[in-house]
Amino acid sequence: MSQSVLYRTLLFVVLAAAAVVFLVPTFVRPAPALWPWHQPVRLGLDLQGGTHLLYGVDIERAIDSTIDRHAQDLERELHDAQIGAVTAEREGRTIRVRLANKDKRQEVLDLVKERFPTLAPMPSEDVEADLSLTLDPRDAQRIRDNVVEQALKIIRNRIDQFGVAEPTVQAQGSDEIVVQLPGIQDPQRAKELIGKTALLEFKLLATGPQAGTPEHPGPGVQVVYGKGDAGGRRAYLVERRTLMTGDMLTDATVRPGTATEGMAVDFTLDARGGKLFGEISSANVGRNLAIVLDNYVESAPTIREPITGGRGQITGRFDFAEAQDLANVLRNGALPAPLKLIEERTVGPSLGQDSIRKGVLSFVVGSALVVVFMLVYYRGGGLIADAALFLNVLFLVGAFAAFGATLSLPGIAGIVLTIGMAVDANVLILERIREELRLGKTPRAAIETGYERAWYAIRDSNVTTLFSGLILFQFGTGPVRGFAVTLIIGIFTSLLTGVFGTRVVYDLLVSRRRLTTVSV
Amino acid sequence: MKGGAGPMATRPTARPEKAPTVEHRFFELIPPRLTIDFVGLRFKMLILSWTLILIGLVSIYLHGGLNYGIDFAGGTMVHVKFPAPTAIGDIRGALSRPELREVIVQDVGQGGREFQIRVLGAAEGGSTAVADGIKAGLREKFGEGTYDVLRVETVGPKVGKDLWRDATLAVLAATLVMATYIALRFELRFGVGAAVALVHDVLLTLGALSIANMEFDLTTVAALLTVVGYSVHDTVIVSDRIRENMRKMRRESLATIMNLSINETLSRTLITSGTAILVTAALFVLGGSVIHSFAFALLVGFVVGTYSSIYVASPIVLYLEGRKTPR
Repeated sequence: MSQSVLYRTLLFVVLAAAAVVFLVPTFVRPAPALWPWHQPVRLGLDLQGGTHLLYGVDIERAIDSTIDRHAQDLERELHDAQIGAVTAEREGRTIRVRLANKDKRQEVLDLVKERFPTLAPMPSEDVEADLSLTLDPRDAQRIRDNVVEQALKIIRNRIDQFGVAEPTVQAQGSDEIVVQLPGIQDPQRAKELIGKTALLEFKLLATGPQAGTPEHPGPGVQVVYGKGDAGGRRAYLVERRTLMTGDMLTDATVRPGTATEGMAVDFTLDARGGKLFGEISSANVGRNLAIVLDNYVESAPTIREPITGGRGQITGRFDFAEAQDLANVLRNGALPAPLKLIEERTVGPSLGQDSIRKGVLSFVVGSALVVVFMLVYYRGGGLIADAALFLNVLFLVGAFAAFGATLSLPGIAGIVLTIGMAVDANVLILERIREELRLGKTPRAAIETGYERAWYAIRDSNVTTLFSGLILFQFGTGPVRGFAVTLIIGIFTSLLTGVFGTRVVYDLLVSRRRLTTVSV
Repeated sequence: MKGGAGPMATRPTARPEKAPTVEHRFFELIPPRLTIDFVGLRFKMLILSWTLILIGLVSIYLHGGLNYGIDFAGGTMVHVKFPAPTAIGDIRGALSRPELREVIVQDVGQGGREFQIRVLGAAEGGSTAVADGIKAGLREKFGEGTYDVLRVETVGPKVGKDLWRDATLAVLAATLVMATYIALRFELRFGVGAAVALVHDVLLTLGALSIANMEFDLTTVAALLTVVGYSVHDTVIVSDRIRENMRKMRRESLATIMNLSINETLSRTLITSGTAILVTAALFVLGGSVIHSFAFALLVGFVVGTYSSIYVASPIVLYLEGRKTPR
């Protein structure tokens, strides 16, 4: 018994210490240099001011255009393979291949199987009919997954250039992207930046002594960041001169590579581009050509041989998805699917400040009312409940800091509300203890029974509140989610402090002396 | 704990478990042996409840629906703050421009200083024409810099439609989940009672929102869901006591047990509802215009939720009992 009390006391001491560690950076700025935690509680846009943009990604359009492209490629390939007169067109989600010579049917199927593994022929009894091909559902799904991923990546790159402190760009649901720009009041420029067509440039990697270092790039050399080897960021030294831009590129496709070569991306240039690229590649064999999208190096393949004739190939150590991305970048040089701005919210800085002030004020007044009430009504028991309430808030806000959850105005309201509801457990227990005392039980027995009997009601009522919190979380976005998160964390901290925490105090009281009265 | 030293050391004393002759005096608002005949009042309360709900529904009907925020209707909202109280008519006047149709100007309860200007349904996704029009109108009338633009929001019409479905689903799901939980934990009829109580609470809160002309937006739905959770919370406490007393007193009629249970838990009910209502009132009065309707919905919902666990949920349990064993 005494040992259990000791352990439980220690648990709360440790938790409280941890909460303090997590919270210091929020209230002491700057936090002491050696302090183990540096992340203050993140404030939502409604509290710090800024712009929230919600974009819808038109994924189905992206799938349509992928199928369109496959149809074009297929038609070209069939033409190159000299399989008579053929047309391939997209009709809805299928590609209809019309053959002049039905005998070539099998040849076409073989070619599709070899070169277009993601296209599957639709079963048909009629050998005389046109051939219908559909996109493999797994590939359609991959496009769905990829499109948002890629749009996110591009938007992130662009926002990075915008120079906002701690921007948030993340997917929401299956086809939406949220962009949050703290401190930005006039979102016009940000919106233009996000919506614009990407700039695709080809530049040579700088070599030799003139290149300099990333800290001191040589003359005519600039530092451009890009994808590193292990998924990290890496600084590339590239020549400032843009050799060619993406508008000369007409197409790019993934070619499933051989075992030795890995994946390859084929690209086609228009006449002018073909000529230009021929000159560039002839003059720079052995050097690396950086493919720069929106000032971000996507890839920097080595030029192995002069590329004339307007067609080239990029090989590298990338997997299929990466190759697909690269092809996408080359082909579109732009967002993989049209974006539509569906929501725009701007909060001025004065409102954010005002909201924090009012939120804190309601918190102080609300909790003071509850604390005083508990003290007056339950005296000793109220004091213990109030101490638990203090720990509760400490843990709750500490959890926000520790998990990096975002505190919004409804979140603050949730904390205030948690205080009002947390004492419910204490009231249930104390009322029960009172009842048991009235029945003539000793304080010790009354406390024991009080906790035991009250527990069922406390558990059931908190489970239902938890349900509503979870549903709220599922339903809501942004600030509403913040409220739900507060409510959910609050249930756990309330149970921890209000039920288990206060019990430790009573156990201590009971074990220390012979209790003849208990103040409840 | 070895060694036994330190402030937390325990003295293993044999304690005789005999009741000490101590008279317990507690500070009480509700005397412990109260016997209010709650159950007997149930029909009057039923009439009261439905009258209030009806009034609320009529209000919603007369207002042509709830006072939707742009979250639900789509559109543009500009929230402005003036340094001194400003007549709402002046703002309306400033906004009578050809490009702005059906402008809603609402005083958001900060002493006539803060207003929300809404134009519903007009905004095409990404278009700032309406927001620009509102800002231009205010600028021309009041002069640049004499007021503060607190928030500008534009929501496309599609979001609003999705939101409606999501909100309705969320409230329905919450009600069903709660009722099922109660039915499993207690008995089916308790679950039915809880579900009816929840519908009652949501309808009454919606009515109150309409009568007070409070804006109905995303956070208001959040408040409704919280009310649903809170109301069940309260119902659980009362039902838990009813169940406990049913085991103790097998001979008594359910009505007697119910009355006893409600009386026994009344103190707790009023105190915890009291604290919850206290903090919500603090939010409502001090929390500012952004969460004004949110705090209002919570405030009303908590009052109604407390009432409903006594007067809506329990009578239904009793009614279903009566049907099970007809007299």
